[in-house]
Parts: sequence; C-alpha cells; structure tokens
Amino acid sequence: MSLLELRDLSITYHTGRGAIRTDVPAVRSLDLTLEPGDTLGLAGESGCGKSTVASAILRLLPASATVTGEILLGGENVLEMSPGRLRAVRWAEAAVVFQGALHSLNPVQRVGAQITEAILLHEPVTQAEADRRVVELFEQVGLPPSRVRDYPHQLSGGQRQRVLIALALACDPQLLIADEPTTALDVMVQAQILDLLADLQRERGMAVIFITHDLSVLRSTCERLAVMYAGQIVEQGPSAEVFADPTHPYTRALAAAFPTIGDPASRMAPSGLGGDPPDPSNLPTGCSFHPRCPVAIDACRTQTVSLRTVGPERQAACLLVTPS
Amino acid sequence: MTERTEVLRVSDVHVEFVDRKQRVRAVDGVDLVVNEREVVALVGESGCGKTTLLRAIIGLETASAGSVSLDGELVFEGGGASRRRFTALRRRVQMVFQDPTGALNPRHTVEDAVTEGLVIHKVDGDHRTLAIDALSRAGLRPPERFLERYPHEISGGQRQRVLIAGAIALDPRLLLADEPVASLDASIRGEILALLRSLVDDHGLSIVVVTHDLGLAWNIADRIAVMYLGRIVEEGPTEELLDAPLHPYTRALLSVVPESRALDQEILEGETPDATRIPSGCRFHPRCPLVASGEAERLGVLDRCLGTDVALVTVGRRAVACHAVSS
Repeated sequence: MSLLELRDLSITYHTGRGAIRTDVPAVRSLDLTLEPGDTLGLAGESGCGKSTVASAILRLLPASATVTGEILLGGENVLEMSPGRLRAVRWAEAAVVFQGALHSLNPVQRVGAQITEAILLHEPVTQAEADRRVVELFEQVGLPPSRVRDYPHQLSGGQRQRVLIALALACDPQLLIADEPTTALDVMVQAQILDLLADLQRERGMAVIFITHDLSVLRSTCERLAVMYAGQIVEQGPSAEVFADPTHPYTRALAAAFPTIGDPASRMAPSGLGGDPPDPSNLPTGCSFHPRCPVAIDACRTQTVSLRTVGPERQAACLLVTPS
Repeated sequence: MTERTEVLRVSDVHVEFVDRKQRVRAVDGVDLVVNEREVVALVGESGCGKTTLLRAIIGLETASAGSVSLDGELVFEGGGASRRRFTALRRRVQMVFQDPTGALNPRHTVEDAVTEGLVIHKVDGDHRTLAIDALSRAGLRPPERFLERYPHEISGGQRQRVLIAGAIALDPRLLLADEPVASLDASIRGEILALLRSLVDDHGLSIVVVTHDLGLAWNIADRIAVMYLGRIVEEGPTEELLDAPLHPYTRALLSVVPESRALDQEILEGETPDATRIPSGCRFHPRCPLVASGEAERLGVLDRCLGTDVALVTVGRRAVACHAVSS
C-alpha cells in the first residue's frame, strides 16, 4: 500500500460573493503517489498550486476551498476522517514545516514547551518523558539542549527553522511535508538545513515532500521530481533524469533559470520565459502553458493535454512529446 | 585590455551604527571601483554589509569615514556629506530595490511612478514622452498601455520593470540594484536579468548589484566582490573568481550553491557573523576551514590568522585578503 496517494485531486477557492463571486481552480485533477521512504520534490512558481496541495494533505485549507477527489494517507481518505481521527493523524503520521519560521512559533512560549505540548497531546507519556524526548530532538536537529528554555526571538532564523523541524519530528511521522523550508534563510544556513533534512530522512526512513520554486535545490535532495504549472503536474520523473533531459518546455525554462556556474552557455546569457504565470481564475484555453510556450503549435491553443508516459517512470503533459 | 573609464570609486568607506549601545561596524573599510559599462556583483551573506554599502554610496546611510567619487567628482569625503551635493549627484545614481510591490505606491499610476524622479529633479521636456521612452526601454511594450495602470493591475515582473523604468528615465550613469530578482518567480528572473544586462550593453550604464546569488553573478556580472563582515575579502573577474576561488570563504560560499557541484561541499558551521563583535586577527578565522583543519598551522600562518588583521593583496587580476594566500 502506498504511503500517500492523491487521486484526481481538485481544489477550488471561492472568492467574493454574489455577482462578483469567482471560482479559482488552484489544483486541477492531480494524481500523485508516494511510497514509504520516498523523497519527492514539488516544484513550480507562485500560484501554481503547490502549497495548496501541501495544505490539503493535512486538511489545513480554509473553509472557502472545495476539495474533490481522494487523499489517501496510509490507505485512509483524509477527506472523510472524523475530527478526532484527523487530530491523531496530524503530527503522528504526517507533519508540515512551513516557510517563515518566525511566524509559526508562539512568541510568548518557550520553544521546548511548544514541542512538549505536541508530544503530550498525541502520546500517553509523562511530562518527564516528553521533556527527555525534546532534548533528544534538539540534539538530532543540531541545537544545543540548553536552548529548550529560549523564546523564539532569542534564536536566529536558522535555529528557529531547526526548532520547527524538531517540532514536526516530535511524533515520529512517516511523512514530512517541507513547504519552502529554506526560502527565508541565508545561503550557508540553507545548506545546513538541507543537509540536516537529508540526514534525518535517511536515519528515519521517512518520506519527504519538498516544495519549492527553486529547482536547483531539489536536484540534490530529492529522488523524484514533479513540476507543477497552473494547478497541474506537467512533468514528473526521477530528478536526475528530469534535470539532465527535461521534456516539457516549462521544465526546460525552469531548469535554465538557475544557471550552472561554469557553464559557458549561461555566461552573460540569463535565461527566462516571456510573459507571466497565468491567473488561475482566468486560465488559457487548451494547454495552460501555450501563451508562454516557445514551441507551441496551433493545436496547443485548443486541445487539452494530460500526462503521458514518455519513458520508464517518466511522464510529461505536452502535445509535442511523443508517448513511448 | 583597453583602458576603461572609471564611473564610481569608493575609497576606505566606513559605516557605523549604534545598536543598543553597541557599536556596529557594518561597513569597515571598503574600496571598490566600477568602470563604464560594467556590472559588479557584491556578494555575501546577510549582515555582511553589502546593502549598507550600497545605501552609503547613494547617501541613504551616512558614511563615518572614507570617500565616494562619481565620474571623478567627489560626492563626499570623511563623515560630513553635503546634502545639496547629494541631490545633484543622485540623479546620476539610481537605485532599484528588492521588493517592487513595497517600493511602488499603490495609489500612484505607473506614469506617476516613472515621472516622480523627473519631477523631483526638475527635468526639462515632456515627462509623459520621457516616461513612455523609459517604459519601452524597460521592456514594457506598448508603453502607452501601462501609463494609467495601478501596481495591483500588473504582475510582479512588470512592477520590477516599472521601477527600473523610473530609474532609467533620469538617464543615470550608475544603477544600484539590491537583490533585484530575489522576490521574483524563477521564470521571470532571467528576463529581468537580461534587461539589466542590456541596459549596460546597449545604453552604456554601469551597475552594482547586491546579491547572495552566485548564479546571478555568473549570468550578468563582469566582476565579483565578495564581502564578509563589512570588508571585501576577494575581488576579481567573474570567470576567474568562480573558476578558482582563492579565499576560503569564497570557496565555501561557492560550494554550497546548488548550481555548482564542482567543489566538495564545505558547509560552514554557525550563524552569520555579528558586526558588533568582529573577531580580532583575520575576521573570518573563527569559521575558517583552513584554521579548523590545521592547514593554516601547517603553512605557518596560524599566529597571523589569529592575531593580525589582513588587507586585500593583489594577485594577478584579483585581490584577496587571506594570510594563507598572500604568504
């Protein structure tokens, strides 16, 4: 049984009311499977729906969002869980680390106590046992145990992100969802946190979904890569292969946006895409990418396209790609 | 190499703050020259003083010592900078900020935003025509279509282009860009960088760009200056510096960039350093891999690393501040 299976997942936000009510389809018919211990990178630009997917997995979306399809976590549909069951599943089976570590922590509670609280809520352990676990967790994420008595403002950005990772790991989840975990951090601290996540993933054998707009971060951290555009996955496959040989024109553009230092082709030649990401409430006809696509043909304007197999374990949603 | 005209010269500039009664030496003696038609990338971690240096050049921070000249003309010297002189020179130096949404007034149209500088500097001519020309050079075409729009009606990439249009409308000599693409989406990034490069190649501007992103430097910069704790620790032509970094800090910085996997990853421990407590000796020594690995001792420079401050020394076309390299 897969650890996580998204089947035909669609998520629509509703904004405004009455005559100006608009439906914003953020995620459209998404299928995704994750096995235990898998590392999956979910890449895309702002508004492509990647964070919406992350929030949907733990049912953290606002009430204004309509969710259809199935989200199977360990075979159980998250969308049909009772509130009590959902509370038990959050943290213990799947946990999320969001970006912006400063805002995710309670500013007036000691960081150690915030983790103890999560443990005590989920597991029948004593306060002393929970305290001991927090010290262990701090050591695992590379924080001195003396820091458990600090308040969030006493910690640096990198340290706060480590606290959030410790918090996410408190109940030993099988799935960790990391939503832009290093975006607000400095390059050197970013490298430290990515290194830490990779170590923890290996030691614990947990599955990780890494969400980011920075494709270059995913190359070294994830085995598998899924690229999203306008609420759909447009390409997926093993990271190394997708990087070495992207088939979808959008993946090609994203990969080229972050140059390889030392590569003469990108020297003094920044590469980008014309136009802007589409407005989800006003999507183009046919393939959503066609207005920005450098190789679009007439059929792309009218014909919708879904993922097709283009190689072993590889899929892409492009009319110009020959299915294999 | 052809002789190039010097546009900006920064000499031994210091900027100090007092924060909670502590002296912060944010910029601690920086020399930098920018030539005509040149993009210089100022690279480093947050807190290294790169943004403060940029702000000091344009007068948004007061330098406590040092001097800045533009086209050979002194802008300021020693702490006392004359405001009037700044205003006159500021027209020739324009700044582009990181977050275009925050930098634009939501109640002002694109035309207001682009012509604001023209009004302040009492520029002759029809401001609308000048704005249209600037928008077009910034890649917003047809420009007339954008004049009446408000910031919320255009995309993030277009907002950054509006800011750039506002800067180039004044026909400056030098553009100072602070992380110009850090808040933009990946696919937009390349287009904005290409625009900046074309302003240099086609319109003769010079640019100093502050960034933490070595990939950006590889994409558009002629030269790179690496800053650490208020000082430039290595400087040189982009290819040379990224191909074979001399300073151990540059090496570490390059090794953690996901875009470069040529070097073995060398993740420095600890947090970004603190300008209220600049270490004695070489300011990098507490995090230096050469010191930690015993390499500095083997080279016989450890005493100097711990006890003697180190200045930039010219090595070919480059300059580097490291006892291990200059020994």
